[in-house]
Amino acid sequence: MKMNSLLQFFIFIPFVGFVLSLLIPSNRETLISRTAFGTVGLHLLSFQIFLVYWLWQGHPTLNLKEIVLYKTDGYEFLIDFYFDKITATYLFVGSVLTFLVTVYSRYYLHREPGYKRFFNTILFFYLGYNITIFSGNLETLFVGWEALGISSFLLIAFYRDRYLPVKNAVKVFSIYRVGDVGLILAMWMSHHLFHENITFLKLNNYELVHEHLQSHSWIGIFISIMIVISASAKSAQLPFSTWLPRAMEGPTPSSAIFYGSLSVHIGVFILLRTFPFWEHQLSVRILIASGGLFTSLVATGIARVQSSVKSQIAYSSIAQIGLIFIEVAAGLEYLALFHFAGNAFLRTYQLLVSPSVVSYQIREQFYNFVPRDRSAKNSLSGKIEYTFYMLCLKEWNIDSLMYRYLWNPLKWAGKQLNFLVMNRVLFYIVPVYLAGLYCVYNKDLLSPEVLAVLPIAFSLVGLVLVLKSFTERIHARMSWLLVIMNHFWVALAVAFNENFNFNEIHWYLIGVAISGVVGYVILRTMKQREGTVDLNQFHGYVWKHQKIAFIFLLACLGASGFPITPTFIGEDLIFTHIHEDQVVLAASTALSLILDGLAIIRIYARVFLGPHVKSVYEMAYRSS
Amino acid sequence: MKVNTDSIFNEHEVIHDLKHYLPAQAPLKDFIHHNTLHAFQYLKFDKAIYSASAIFGYRVSLSLAEYRVLHAAGKINDNVLQTILEQRKGAEAGLWRQKLLTGHYHKEPPRIGALRSNWKREYQIDIDSMVHPLLFRILCSYLDQGISMWSFPVWNKGLIASIREMERMSFSSFFRSSRAKKFLLGGQADMKFLLRLLVGEESLYKQYLFDQQFAHPGWSGMVSAVEDQPQTLLDPKKISLHDLITLELLMEIDALDSLFGENWLPLSHSIKTQPIALFAEVPVTELDEVTTLWQTAFEWSHYDEVLKGLQSSKPEQSMIAKRSFQSLFCIDDRECSFRRYLEKIDPNCETFGTPGFFGVEFFFQPDHGKFYTKLCPAPVTPKFLIKEVGVRRKHEKDAHFTKQTHSLFRGWLIAQTLGFWSAFKLFINIFKPSTSPAMASSFRHMEKESRLTIENKNPQHRENDLQIGFTVAEMVQRVEGLLRSIGLVKNFAPLVYVVGHGSSSVNNPHYAAYDCGACSGRAGSVNSRVICHMANHPQVREALRHNGIDIPDTTQFVGGLHDTTRDEIVFFDEQSLNANNKINHRLSEEIFLQALDHNAKERSRRFESINTDLSPTEIHEKIRVRSVSLFEPRPELNHATNSLCVVGRRSLTKHLFLDRRSFLNSFDYTVDPEGKYLFNILKAAAPVCGGINLEYFFSRVDNQKLGAGTKLPHNVMGLFGVANGIDGDLRPGLPSQMIEVHDPVRLLIIVEHFPEVVLQTIQKAAETYEWFINEWVHLVAIHPLSRELYYFKEGNFEVYKTIHAQIPSVPDIVPLIESNIENLPVYLIAQ
Repeated sequence: MKMNSLLQFFIFIPFVGFVLSLLIPSNRETLISRTAFGTVGLHLLSFQIFLVYWLWQGHPTLNLKEIVLYKTDGYEFLIDFYFDKITATYLFVGSVLTFLVTVYSRYYLHREPGYKRFFNTILFFYLGYNITIFSGNLETLFVGWEALGISSFLLIAFYRDRYLPVKNAVKVFSIYRVGDVGLILAMWMSHHLFHENITFLKLNNYELVHEHLQSHSWIGIFISIMIVISASAKSAQLPFSTWLPRAMEGPTPSSAIFYGSLSVHIGVFILLRTFPFWEHQLSVRILIASGGLFTSLVATGIARVQSSVKSQIAYSSIAQIGLIFIEVAAGLEYLALFHFAGNAFLRTYQLLVSPSVVSYQIREQFYNFVPRDRSAKNSLSGKIEYTFYMLCLKEWNIDSLMYRYLWNPLKWAGKQLNFLVMNRVLFYIVPVYLAGLYCVYNKDLLSPEVLAVLPIAFSLVGLVLVLKSFTERIHARMSWLLVIMNHFWVALAVAFNENFNFNEIHWYLIGVAISGVVGYVILRTMKQREGTVDLNQFHGYVWKHQKIAFIFLLACLGASGFPITPTFIGEDLIFTHIHEDQVVLAASTALSLILDGLAIIRIYARVFLGPHVKSVYEMAYRSS
Repeated sequence: MKVNTDSIFNEHEVIHDLKHYLPAQAPLKDFIHHNTLHAFQYLKFDKAIYSASAIFGYRVSLSLAEYRVLHAAGKINDNVLQTILEQRKGAEAGLWRQKLLTGHYHKEPPRIGALRSNWKREYQIDIDSMVHPLLFRILCSYLDQGISMWSFPVWNKGLIASIREMERMSFSSFFRSSRAKKFLLGGQADMKFLLRLLVGEESLYKQYLFDQQFAHPGWSGMVSAVEDQPQTLLDPKKISLHDLITLELLMEIDALDSLFGENWLPLSHSIKTQPIALFAEVPVTELDEVTTLWQTAFEWSHYDEVLKGLQSSKPEQSMIAKRSFQSLFCIDDRECSFRRYLEKIDPNCETFGTPGFFGVEFFFQPDHGKFYTKLCPAPVTPKFLIKEVGVRRKHEKDAHFTKQTHSLFRGWLIAQTLGFWSAFKLFINIFKPSTSPAMASSFRHMEKESRLTIENKNPQHRENDLQIGFTVAEMVQRVEGLLRSIGLVKNFAPLVYVVGHGSSSVNNPHYAAYDCGACSGRAGSVNSRVICHMANHPQVREALRHNGIDIPDTTQFVGGLHDTTRDEIVFFDEQSLNANNKINHRLSEEIFLQALDHNAKERSRRFESINTDLSPTEIHEKIRVRSVSLFEPRPELNHATNSLCVVGRRSLTKHLFLDRRSFLNSFDYTVDPEGKYLFNILKAAAPVCGGINLEYFFSRVDNQKLGAGTKLPHNVMGLFGVANGIDGDLRPGLPSQMIEVHDPVRLLIIVEHFPEVVLQTIQKAAETYEWFINEWVHLVAIHPLSRELYYFKEGNFEVYKTIHAQIPSVPDIVPLIESNIENLPVYLIAQ
């Protein structure tokens, strides 16, 4: 058997483990944990054997073209696997840590409500992690990347009947979503650059990359910047850093493995993976290095003032990842890999022993305490000290800047759309859409000038709808319908953009349509059963309706283009029909995608998560 | 205390009231159990809990569904339930039975928070989420005991003064807009002034402040606790609830300003319906009555068995011809089974229970320690100091806790070196757990080989206003007090052990809660050594003999420490034993070790991960590993399931299987006919055992608001508290892992003495009497001669007839232990 065909087993094992773990009844603790550590253990073991063999064979770079999921003229969506020393390092660290943490959690989580959910999510995470690090092209990577995002959301919101975990899970998801879209745009542009779904293997071909970049250097820069944005979001670099400490809401072992080690280093991974692409773009390397430097300085300052043990570890980890970014930019690949491994192990262990800090440090203090001197400060140095201290304590206002310049303008824009109420939406938007649809099939009715404007116009309508959906405060069902409609408008817009097979549109819309109907029915049922499902507060209905909540979650995933329905391929397809010079169309479609993900997860969170509104006495304080 | 709402706002009074109702838990290292609802203790239990529930939104009992499950499973005895229904409801008993079994009830939302919820309703502003994160971070950084590398720059002036100083001097600001900062700097940060701006109408100020502080009771409670006992923080911080409120009011004004500019109306101008006054009379609902009936039936299902068991005890003194040894333990419920095994393995030994500080109260300074540690019950302030000298061993370090790992360049080096060591350590820790510097270990509290400065020969020998050691007269007083209170005044064995207790665990911020409560949450090793030294002192012996307690010269006292997590024991000063006693000691040590193995086995029945069928030694090894496992959130179950406190001779309980649920305080009514020592026992037992019991009770029934929730996501804040995540409120109370097996029943104290003496005794001190008369603990006197039971109700003792005709008898409890994980009923152990 050829070595590269073995790669698929490393995806297959966690996949099977994950599916099996879903089928076990939730009261079978032992069986659940055995499945989890059996899966990860088998994976670890087979990888170790493979690793020895691979090294013995002279550590060749492996590539496996797995399946072509979709193919037309000039477009091919393929799943591709790849293995080299970067994968090897990430897999080594990932499998060792995940194995240790699953064994650890087996006892630690004992009797915890949600024991099964925890191990399901861990296995799902592990599946996503493996798809990501084995990915041979951006498309495959994106599949894993999305799985990581969802599992992160689920683990942060593990304690889903408290307010803060849910709030923070949504927050982290929003930042991840920004990273997702960076990746989508990078994929879009690279289609146009290479006219194919380029594999990482080919990126190593200097002549090929160089040839394409020479004539399109700005495209190269664009792609690189999008990759840097995704990497920074995922690795909590500035300006996205504040999500990492806030992700520490789940059980300590999950925080340790996700946010101490594996998840947070995926940004580094994508940089290492795409290094051959931007290696010769000096400006990009400078950008990455300076971003890393800036982050490491600021994060170190913030780490120094942290008075809670987990946030301290989070910020010092961010600072180290900043240094790793510099190392990657400098081309010190081995150092970066080594640093990644060390940092991941160290932070995982520190987080796992973090509860011990009380007995350890109190004893240290008891024997070694030296009172601080009471020198008064009036000089300029004191002034500067106070200023820096306060800025670090406020995390340099990163969050409020983010609100001011990113979320608040969107909310403001959404508020301008308050005139859109259900009836109007149905009365005006639907007929216009039908008219548009008619025209698609009869394009000869319209003049070329009109045809040229229509894609952008329709895409903007879609954007308006999703903006409204994102900022809707009351009606969950309307918000949901608007998101679904947005997809249809995007499809319409693209349909006007190019002549192509309508099958592709069907690919795109079929998942959305099914998810849309399922979601709508569920929201209606909830409204009938519980009375209110508004979006103004968390309702926590999962407390009473666990199964419905799970199905709704699936509908959400389907509707947001998660790789469980063909919509996922469709999304990619849609983008290939946006030309590289259609910046407005691309931007508006991308923004639509960010917002629909956010709007959908917001509906899910507001309706099903958070403190159960009808059990005030059983719920924790909102502030806890 | 006032419970009516005054129309005129009195700042001091409101702050005083607030402090009273806020959680009183001290920082983690001084975790001491107390009645969570202590603020309501002036009311009768039922009235108190339902008021607390209606006002603050606490759950104060199990749910009806839970009671019904207990009833269906027979844990609530149907005869008991029926009797109670008939007694209390007479002819309507059948009707009420229906209500209990099938009734549906709806509960009104709590009063707290109603006023302040208008911000969101009328102004569409989520003021808490704008204020809390930064406020909590400021508080945590200000109070931090040593997590941050860069601590709060101004720390010695009080919170508000420090922030004012920083705001004055800095280019940055904690505020978003200018007005609040101007108030602070211009000296206008007066509480009334700020409240007028925010709330408007003065009659609502008090309610507003309660709403505001109870939106984060954890932080407010911590601030209040540190204000009252600043010495509880090793790195002292000056802070007050007043400052916290002022800062929060300023930040709230700032939040509103940042959204609406400076022109917004005070809250009282916008509210549509007046909220119910917080402390207005709480009406009794039918749900409350139903709950009380269930709870009473639940409690008496258990009590009735126990009382029947005690009644069937043999009143005469057990006849031991030649005592092998005697051993004193703490009254702690965890020693209950250990004593049973000792007596079973060596029928010639005798055991006693007494509060684990053994009547000696002092501060302790370990060698090289920079601080004193109090080793006696929390309310006592000792005048003595015991110092440890001659410690050779160094404290081990663990680089993973050093701050260098968080700096940029050293962190870079450490990540690539120590980082790989961490992976290896984690591997070892998971597959072969062993002791580490990170753990809290009871044996490390005091070095076995060290010396203690126990005797004071010169009263001028003082340090920081504390006398170093005790004079002979002071020793005599304490030894005599101890021996008389437990009734050990004659028939001394050659060896008398005094065994304190402590616990060992790792990854456990609540470690102090597992140690001895009578030693302020520390191990009892120093106390046991000190009292033994006193009792062995020739001059003390002489004086005791003079006072009528003749301890033979051949008798020697030996101190020891029992680690309740690991079930290990260590003895102190064994070298001072005479030759004969050295032999005796070797024999009894063997018995102690055997008993510990069996004790470990009995404990293991509650742990699902240990197979209870294994041999005691095998199980004991697993129990030891458990205590050092990073991943084990339940190193031991501490006081979970506690429900009883028996004050009397051992003969009363010796033949009973009480399932480690009982505090046992030895007391002999013949030695103390007037109840002089009994008074001291009850004065301590009611608040200490009652406090433990009620903390477990309320953490169990409302683990979210009165307990700490699950400990798995806990994040250590400033070394003094835990929170979920990084922006959360502190979580006082007990985590779910500590209380999940606890049955919420109040403590039943049983005293073996004449009811009239008990009655006189409890009435001597009002604060003790309050526990009984308001029914926060139940009290039964058992007549020493007739064995008649008397239940204390409404100020009188009335005869109690048990509903159980008899309780089952078993020859051996091992089969029960091996086959049950749940609470077991009371059994007579056939001898």
